[in-house]
Amino acid sequence: MIETAVFEALDEVMDPELDEPITTLGFVRSVELDGGVLTVHLRLPTAFCSPNFAYLMASDSKDALRDLAPHVVVVLDDHHDSDVINRGIAADAGFVGTYGEEASRELEELRLTFQRKAHAAAMERAVREVPLERLRSLTLQDLPATRASEALRRRRSALGFDTAPDAPVLVDDIGAPLPPGELPLRLRFARSVGISIEGNAHFCRGLLRTRYALEETA
Amino acid sequence: MYSKDGETYFIVDAHVALWDARPENQRNIHGKQFIDCFYDYHRNLSPESEVWPYEEYLYQGGDRLMKDLFDDGYVDHAIFQPAHLGAFYNNGFGQTEEAWALTSKHPDKLTYNHCWDPRREQKGLDELKRDAERFGLKGVKLYTAEWYGDSRGYRLDDPWSYKYLETAQELGIRNIHVHKGPTIRPLDRDAFEVADVDHAATDFPELNFVVEHCGLPRLEDFCWIATQEPNVHAGLAVAMPFIHTRPRYFAQIIGELLYWLNEDRIQFSSDYALWTPRWLVERFVDFQIPEDMTEYAPLTVAQKKKILGLNAAKMYDIPVPEGLDVAPVEQEAVSVA
Repeated sequence: MIETAVFEALDEVMDPELDEPITTLGFVRSVELDGGVLTVHLRLPTAFCSPNFAYLMASDSKDALRDLAPHVVVVLDDHHDSDVINRGIAADAGFVGTYGEEASRELEELRLTFQRKAHAAAMERAVREVPLERLRSLTLQDLPATRASEALRRRRSALGFDTAPDAPVLVDDIGAPLPPGELPLRLRFARSVGISIEGNAHFCRGLLRTRYALEETA
Repeated sequence: MYSKDGETYFIVDAHVALWDARPENQRNIHGKQFIDCFYDYHRNLSPESEVWPYEEYLYQGGDRLMKDLFDDGYVDHAIFQPAHLGAFYNNGFGQTEEAWALTSKHPDKLTYNHCWDPRREQKGLDELKRDAERFGLKGVKLYTAEWYGDSRGYRLDDPWSYKYLETAQELGIRNIHVHKGPTIRPLDRDAFEVADVDHAATDFPELNFVVEHCGLPRLEDFCWIATQEPNVHAGLAVAMPFIHTRPRYFAQIIGELLYWLNEDRIQFSSDYALWTPRWLVERFVDFQIPEDMTEYAPLTVAQKKKILGLNAAKMYDIPVPEGLDVAPVEQEAVSVA
């Protein structure tokens, strides 16, 4: 089934702001294979979602689907910049090639900013139950086998951080251990980051349901 | 004024609009997309009983606004915060003349803030001086995602932005309401980032910067700069209606703002006509942080009074009736080295 293969491939494409795959967010609208042409339509919660994130998700989707058919077409529906983005994606033009003078560079820095936010939030979630006196010497092997610990390891890998069992858990945005004196403030801020990401994800799901008159899903 | 359980709350709605998004005013498809996006916000976050038909949502007019805010909505004073959106609407989205006529008729109830666009450079700067005099401006609303010619946004720390802020300071316009949107120039940056507000707030310490929807979707970045800049305030536009759909998230927003800022720097608004104030005021007065969320202290009546009106009244020199005021705390919540 092509649909299953497509969804499996797109499970790896994240909404960078919401730190969740576009599949579980409901952003994949339709999948069609006609001869050698695989066409996937994407949709977003509003017509005014930021064009940079919209471009990133569409372009990542095309990359993820390349091996599934000789020709892959990814179409972003109902966005204020659909025409521009769809042309750019079809031509593999890159963000700068698509937006010309409106863009100063590709989107790797933007992606990195949000991978760092996702990491900070996952780190705080993974250590929430750990008493402060144990935090300073905490290593990855000390973490319980929970989904939060697993999520933290994945986000560390994405950023190229050390995932060895004896690697320190509490690190900053570039992977360096956090200064012990700053731990309470840094973790408190990381908690705010997590609240923000979760809140946005919930709002976006709700808006998508409203926009496309979808049934409530779990 | 709203009274409940022996307490009376003075209500300032710090962010309202008189907009016209009817088809005849839509310049292009984006005019429709924009109001449709607002309508989805409205439908998604309102209690069912408060949802308006689409046609009513496109345009309200002055009489309806007065009724919704002052007759039905408990509001004592409201502040217009217009978005121009000239690239989407023929006569603009916020209706300047209509809002100003209404303000002139009810100066005790309404304050008119205007908007500027730094990309209009000297011409806009000259206009700002005339507007300041005509409207007696105390504040402005800046939508940094506004489209203008080939540009789809600007930053508050652009050189021309600084010229406008300098002029505002000279003209006595002290309250700068900043509204972030999805586009900015260059487009590869995060449009919701608030670092430019940080720079401007540092360089213009005499001005107040009210960041609307408290920086959402970047609540954390907003809190981080507001902790360090005492002249940065949180506007609750768009955040308020979460009180209905997601009260625990709303508790987190309020809890975070009280933790990183303090109770003197948070302002209520309905964001009319996105939502109406009546149900928001009622719900907020009844609201409490859920007991199991022990990381936040319970909300006090004094905090609610400040947020619902006293903070904005102070910023805008709006007289508060005898006996309804509460003293400010005059201290910052968090100290960051």
